[in-house]
Amino acid sequence: MSADSNTSQIFRTERIGRRKLVNHLVEAAATVSALLAVAVLVIVIGSVAKRGAGAISWDFLTKTPVIDTGFGEPQPSGIANAIIGTAIIVGIAVLLALPVGVLTAIYLNELAPKRVSAVLSLALDVLNGIPAIVIGIFVFVFLVVGHGQSGLKAGFALSILMLPMVARATQEVLALVPNSLREASLALGAAKWRTTLSVVLPQAVGGIVTGATLATARVAGETAPLLFTSSLVSDEINTNPNEALESIPMFIFKSAEQADPALHEQAWGAALVLIAFILITSLLARAFAARSRRRILGER
Amino acid sequence: MKYPSTTVQDASEERLPEGLPSAIDPTQVGATAPTPSAARARELVFRIEGLTAYYGEAAAIRDVSFEIYRRMVTAIIGPSGCGKSTFIRCLNRMNDVIPSFHTEGRILYHDIDLQAGNVDPVAVRRRIGMVFQRPNPFPKSIYENVAYGLRILGLKDNLGDRVEQALKRAALWDEVKDRLKRSALSLSGGQQQRLCIARALAIEPEVILMDEPASALDPIATTRIEDLMHELKKDYTIVVVTHNMQQAARVADMTAFFSISKGDEGERSGVLVEYDDTKTIFTQPKDKRTEDYVTGRFG
Repeated sequence: MSADSNTSQIFRTERIGRRKLVNHLVEAAATVSALLAVAVLVIVIGSVAKRGAGAISWDFLTKTPVIDTGFGEPQPSGIANAIIGTAIIVGIAVLLALPVGVLTAIYLNELAPKRVSAVLSLALDVLNGIPAIVIGIFVFVFLVVGHGQSGLKAGFALSILMLPMVARATQEVLALVPNSLREASLALGAAKWRTTLSVVLPQAVGGIVTGATLATARVAGETAPLLFTSSLVSDEINTNPNEALESIPMFIFKSAEQADPALHEQAWGAALVLIAFILITSLLARAFAARSRRRILGER
Repeated sequence: MKYPSTTVQDASEERLPEGLPSAIDPTQVGATAPTPSAARARELVFRIEGLTAYYGEAAAIRDVSFEIYRRMVTAIIGPSGCGKSTFIRCLNRMNDVIPSFHTEGRILYHDIDLQAGNVDPVAVRRRIGMVFQRPNPFPKSIYENVAYGLRILGLKDNLGDRVEQALKRAALWDEVKDRLKRSALSLSGGQQQRLCIARALAIEPEVILMDEPASALDPIATTRIEDLMHELKKDYTIVVVTHNMQQAARVADMTAFFSISKGDEGERSGVLVEYDDTKTIFTQPKDKRTEDYVTGRFG
């Protein structure tokens, strides 16, 4: 080959021009998609904020619902009972799902033979895919019928939804913990449980908290299971988990069905409160995860 | 870190003449044991009898038999894939965690069969510590790394003193005494490896197994680890796997040469070719394969 034909290859030809064009197109498509995803979030939050901001007030957060009879001065109405109910129901769900989910993940990643682990992981994925309403009916048929609704049962239903999310997220971070650390601990004469507890889990705690938070945020907005398990409620503040408790999603659902535009605004306001709740939980979890990571790595 | 292999080679060859005698004639003249290792009363720690180790169906090492003596450095050398690491990991039952792993033959540790059903591998590992190829400190503080093993054993008295002692014995104390609370990951690779040695020493084992402890380190850090081995063999029995023959010549009293042998059906497994005083292995090997290996004609 002559030097001429060698050097000529570095100049732009038509084919290379097309390759660059395709390159640009793919890059543009990816960028636009990413922007679109953010745009959806901004639009949803923006429209909820716009419609719901008017309803937000101190009274809205601290008072219970008051039915506007049309006579006399309108009383300040709020969703305090729904906020407290959601906090209790979600709290129960977390208390049930977090330990079981983390232990399931420990079994899957640290103890189970490979084949068992694969089957169980698949089972968790299937459980994760079961629609919330099916879980709701399941709990309804087996626990609610003949016994009545309760916040406890609602929390139980939500914990079933949370379990596979927590377990799979935890399993993923456990798998990232390098094996050399397990070996180091075992070689020092640490038993397996000790290695898991003192070496593996501290490494994974950030990821576990993040996964658990995402799962919590996800189920906090679930409505379908609550419809079956905790929907027949009074307008009073109730903290007894053995009785049906009001919740923010149920409040939104019921208020949006009403003809009264004031209730529509309240539904938007409640939606805004729910989003804020999820946002704050996520931020707190991130801060905690960052702090725990720093603590584990020691002061630098 | 990667160094041009020629540089390492040159440096090692230069060190060999002074390294070899020092391995045979330990610096601690007049120490408790009589000096020349050949004349030293050889106290048995391990007796390996016909050890064959399998991963599933495949034998990684076949029919290995030899003895490892107290307060000496025993080096295991040989080409890649000859089962050096598999062998050393049998000595503290680290291979137990691999599901398909099983062995035949016996490993007697002070006349106790380590593979026996009533032997607790966790207890074995407290007597027989291990240092790995890549430094693997816990992502905790320097202090907590050394204290970890002590806490497991429930030795909570004088924790600080014990940590200090272990770090001193691993020749790391002076470098870290002012920053014990800092992350172990802030140390250099060589320091991390000495921290891992300190961590193993803290629980006062009898034997320390080292699986290519310097292969991930630069030459200066390697020298420090080797010096440390000389120092530690006063109190501990050390078994070291190395692919670096010069290192074996420098640090070991006894050397076992493993090689790969092909079985009847073409399956390859590691076998023990020759085991003797390091000096004999490197100067008058009895087996042609050993000679080829130590003279660099093979491997």
